[in-house]
Amino acid sequence: MLTFDAVTLSQGTFQLTADFQLQADITAVIGPSGGGKSTLLAGIAGFFEPSKGRVLWDNQVLTGTSPAKRPVNMLFQDNNLFPHLTIQQNVGLGLRPDLRLTQDQKQMVADTLDHVGLTDLGARKPAALSGGQQSRAALARVLVSQRPLVLLDEPFAALGPAMKDDMLRLVRETLVQAGKSVVIVTHDPDDARRFADQVILVADGVAHAPVSSEEIFANPPPALRAYLG
Amino acid sequence: MARSPVAIISRTPANLAGALVLALTLGTLIAVAIRAEVGTGLSAADWAAIQFTMSQALVSALVSVLLAIPVARALARRSFWGRGALITLLGAPFILPVIVAVLGLLAVFGRGGILNDAFGSIGLPEVSIYGFHGVVLAHVFFNLPLATRFLLQGWLAIPAERFRLAASLNAPVGRLLEWPMLRAVVPGTFLVIFLICLTSFAVALTLGGGPKATTVELAIFQAIRFDFDLGRAALLACVQFVICAIAAVVAWKVTAVDGFGAGLDRVVQRWDGSKVWDFTWITAAALFLIVPLSMVVIKGIPGLFDLPPSVFAAAIRSIGVALVSAILCVGMALALALHGGRMVAIIGVLPLAASGLVVGTGLFLIVFPFVRPSDLALPVTALVNATLALPFALRSLSPAIDSVVADYGRLADQLGLTGWTRLRLLILPRIRRPMGFALGLAAALSMGDLGVIALFADQSGATLPLAMYRLMGAYQLEAAAGAGLLLVALSLLLFWICDRGGRVNADV
Repeated sequence: MLTFDAVTLSQGTFQLTADFQLQADITAVIGPSGGGKSTLLAGIAGFFEPSKGRVLWDNQVLTGTSPAKRPVNMLFQDNNLFPHLTIQQNVGLGLRPDLRLTQDQKQMVADTLDHVGLTDLGARKPAALSGGQQSRAALARVLVSQRPLVLLDEPFAALGPAMKDDMLRLVRETLVQAGKSVVIVTHDPDDARRFADQVILVADGVAHAPVSSEEIFANPPPALRAYLG
Repeated sequence: MARSPVAIISRTPANLAGALVLALTLGTLIAVAIRAEVGTGLSAADWAAIQFTMSQALVSALVSVLLAIPVARALARRSFWGRGALITLLGAPFILPVIVAVLGLLAVFGRGGILNDAFGSIGLPEVSIYGFHGVVLAHVFFNLPLATRFLLQGWLAIPAERFRLAASLNAPVGRLLEWPMLRAVVPGTFLVIFLICLTSFAVALTLGGGPKATTVELAIFQAIRFDFDLGRAALLACVQFVICAIAAVVAWKVTAVDGFGAGLDRVVQRWDGSKVWDFTWITAAALFLIVPLSMVVIKGIPGLFDLPPSVFAAAIRSIGVALVSAILCVGMALALALHGGRMVAIIGVLPLAASGLVVGTGLFLIVFPFVRPSDLALPVTALVNATLALPFALRSLSPAIDSVVADYGRLADQLGLTGWTRLRLLILPRIRRPMGFALGLAAALSMGDLGVIALFADQSGATLPLAMYRLMGAYQLEAAAGAGLLLVALSLLLFWICDRGGRVNADV
């Protein structure tokens, strides 16, 4: 369970407050651009420390620890793979950052690549893969790591609609299946409606407490109504 | 954005590199200041040296910039076959060993050179390349290309739309567009070249000399090597430092140009100017560069097969010094660039203001009581060369590292790539190109350096440029020309190997 304990994230004159608990398989974060969706994720991942309050995961205080020490994996809008490393190496980084993998770990990387549909592509470099395949490779890295919380900051935004749906299905089939909680930023309310269990609305400097996605779209609060137009 | 609470890469290497640069630049200055014998103050000869240093730098910079204006303008608005090659050639003098260029200039403008032969055949008196105008000529040879690149960048920074607008309005392009650009770019260019000419020891050593054409650096060299008057050398070193420091501070305030920039390969379409004049300028500038360089090759080939064994020994020493210096320089630049920050920026430009001869004099004074300076000639040369090349290496590596951090820093933080692992798996593979370039540049600069080595080396421990200088001094001109060709070939080869190494198989 992820807890925002009276958190304020400030950047210059911009402020975002969050004070709620979150427990769901897939949570969508929606809201107007510049509203602070990415800031909220950066606050969880440890790239941005709150000026007030604490972020906790299962009673473990995250605030003040480095991104690498948090139970969190994050995928960004781009640059999720190192172009100079092979797909195997990129995925292996999820197991050991110095890439000194045991035979078992190497097998695990290969199995995971099979699992996301990249069989036999492990020796290639990212540039030799399509955009969709690159996204799958990044998911494979998240999958091999032991961290329970996954943050997706619009990593599939550059893909076409069909490919994006494939990836969102793959997120549920692999990450959720493996017992991970997923928080995904999206600018498409339709994605939130179809793939998320809960929705966090970020608008006007507030990250609102999560509401089940059926409920929020059936009966949108004023802030969401303003955003949806 | 808040930084993560743990240090991602150790600060120790950067602190060590910073301390080394400070010790070599400011530390040696302290050593010099302590030993300086003010005594009777500066002699008439010293004042003459100061005056010569200033006046030759002033005239060299002025001539370089004035000639560069029409050449750069012609290059900016004319498109022709070989334009790209010519612009590349304009970058060559930067890594060309000074003494080799001097040899090429001697073959054209010296006694028995092409020019004097031509003058002689039509009954004109012989001109001498030695002294004031020789020093200026060599400085213009080196800095006209540099100034041209600076100004060309200024010209190409003017958007093409403005030229179109000016042409459609029939407005004066010169007053409207070019004059404001020149007013912004020329002062900085002038000062950078002025600074370079203040500290160009090898030119003064080979073409200057005598009471009328001795620079402060040359006077320092003579005080140590000929008179062994360390107190006077130290005093002169202080003078040289003050001159350089003032010029460097002024240059730093005024300069905003970067001659290494890319994008010089396009031509702006223009509707003004005379084609004939433009191509006259381009041809003249190209000949001024190409003829002396060709003479290095033509005169060098016969001597190449008849080189004394000492030249090969010197070549091997030079390669060793160049490699050590390049690795040290890039290692320091890497440590400093990874650390980043304001202090690093200051440390990075300090060596630009330092004179190799002042640093050398300081080191000479420090080691002299304990060991024979000649025993340390090669390590000291490698160390000083590495420090003097540091600003160029930093300028190449810093932006590259910054962009790696901007693109992949968060991902690496998240995955726990820290310390050596971060360097090995992320930074080094992604900065291969600029690192190869920096290594090549540092190696070539060190290979051709004739400065500190002249202070420290005895007869047996010379590097290739010093061996070549001694051959010239002994009037073994054919052997000197052969050594010169070997030197320039080795310098370019080292640069090419390093630069190429950074490009092959690099994943962008």
